[in-house]
Amino acid sequence: MNIFSKLYYKFRKYSKAVQLYLVIAGPGLVVMIADNDAGGITTYAATGAKYGYNLIWFLLILIPVAYYVQEMTVRLGVVTKRGHAEAIFHGFGAFWGWFSLIDLMILDWLTLVTEFVGMTSALHIFGVPPWLTVLSVVALMGMIMLNGRYWTWEKITMMFCALNLIYIPGAFMVNPSVSDIIGNGLIPNFPGGFNGELFFILMANIGTTIAPWMLFFQQSAVVDKGMQEKDIPWGKFDTLLGAVLTVVVAIFIVIVTGTVLKGVNIDDASQAAEQLMHTNHYVGAFMAIGLFDAGLLGAICISLASSWAFGEIFGWAHTLNTKIKEAPWFYFIYFFALATSGLVVLIPGAPLVMITLFVQVVAVTLLPAALVFLILLLNDKKHMGEYCNTTSQNLISGFIVISIVILSTLYGISVMFPNIFH
Amino acid sequence: MLSTLRHFTAKIREINQRYSKPHIEMSRAVKISLLSLRIYLFVLVSLILYKFLLMLK
Repeated sequence: MNIFSKLYYKFRKYSKAVQLYLVIAGPGLVVMIADNDAGGITTYAATGAKYGYNLIWFLLILIPVAYYVQEMTVRLGVVTKRGHAEAIFHGFGAFWGWFSLIDLMILDWLTLVTEFVGMTSALHIFGVPPWLTVLSVVALMGMIMLNGRYWTWEKITMMFCALNLIYIPGAFMVNPSVSDIIGNGLIPNFPGGFNGELFFILMANIGTTIAPWMLFFQQSAVVDKGMQEKDIPWGKFDTLLGAVLTVVVAIFIVIVTGTVLKGVNIDDASQAAEQLMHTNHYVGAFMAIGLFDAGLLGAICISLASSWAFGEIFGWAHTLNTKIKEAPWFYFIYFFALATSGLVVLIPGAPLVMITLFVQVVAVTLLPAALVFLILLLNDKKHMGEYCNTTSQNLISGFIVISIVILSTLYGISVMFPNIFH
Repeated sequence: MLSTLRHFTAKIREINQRYSKPHIEMSRAVKISLLSLRIYLFVLVSLILYKFLLMLK
């Protein structure tokens, strides 16, 4: 009887913890899974096709990298009740504030274009014309947004996050060699030696793991959700779970392309999906569905990051808990960014490749600034109090931020001057 | 249209006034970080402009 009562007590304790987590869960999971956007899927597909399973170990390193950076936005948002844009304006004044806001606006819009490129090319495989994809996506996102409740928006978005796991069954269907994955993938190695090409792929993987919009999005989401200081441990757990899931998905994409397309040059994920269809129709279809879902998730979060940031600075109502009449500018910015970026994809001969490359370059101007501001704000004892960074947190996050700044800068430079590292 | 534009510029002025002073404590580390950031961005923007000029040529 004693054992049963103890077991029952433990069951109640854990079920309550899970229930509590499900209430808090959201911003961390959504931002991390949305991080595997259309550009991210292309990077992982290309990594697997080029180097097989050999770089899986590197993807695992990206779990703590993503966690430590994003975890800081949870603390900053909860304690200051300000989004990242407002925190920069408040902390560093109007010059750095405008710089960040305008840069974010340009970068988000360009990234949105790349999400639409991914979505239209994914559905094109199934014979859906691009105009119908753009129209359907805008309509679908309108329905998700205009329900007037943050909670509903978050839970619908999390359903799309679950669809992102479609790559996992896909990987099992191509029958990868587990011993090869463990032998080649988990032991750090540089396939073919450390050369310019490998360096470019490693930098691209880091570049897709931490994007500037993620900092702005998660901090604003934490504020909009109304998270309290007591929720910080759950917010951190949510972020860690998201970081693990995003890398797990990335690894399964690498396994799919590393098994079936090894040695094939992949320029974009839709090309990988088409090639996979020749081997296994369902795996190819999963790849295309996953690419569409990734683009959709990216678009949902990126356009929101801009709307939140503008609302915070201009003092407009900027919460998903409002109807369109109560926050017209918030919704206007959201749909304006969405509609214009979708239209660009439909323009015949639009420089889409140039835009895709330009995203990387603009990101390099915003990411270091946003990360430096984040660390400095987390060290501001006056506002952060007991949630200030500790020395060990500063050492870890400082190392991560410096590494990201150096590598993403080199990546941006190598995009501008492709032969520089060859 | 004109009144919207006026309202917008007035709003920007108000924002500039509201955030005219940084609220973070300007310690030596913060000053060095911000200066490094300015230099970094100056070099990077120069590179982007250089690339743009190369493309125009």
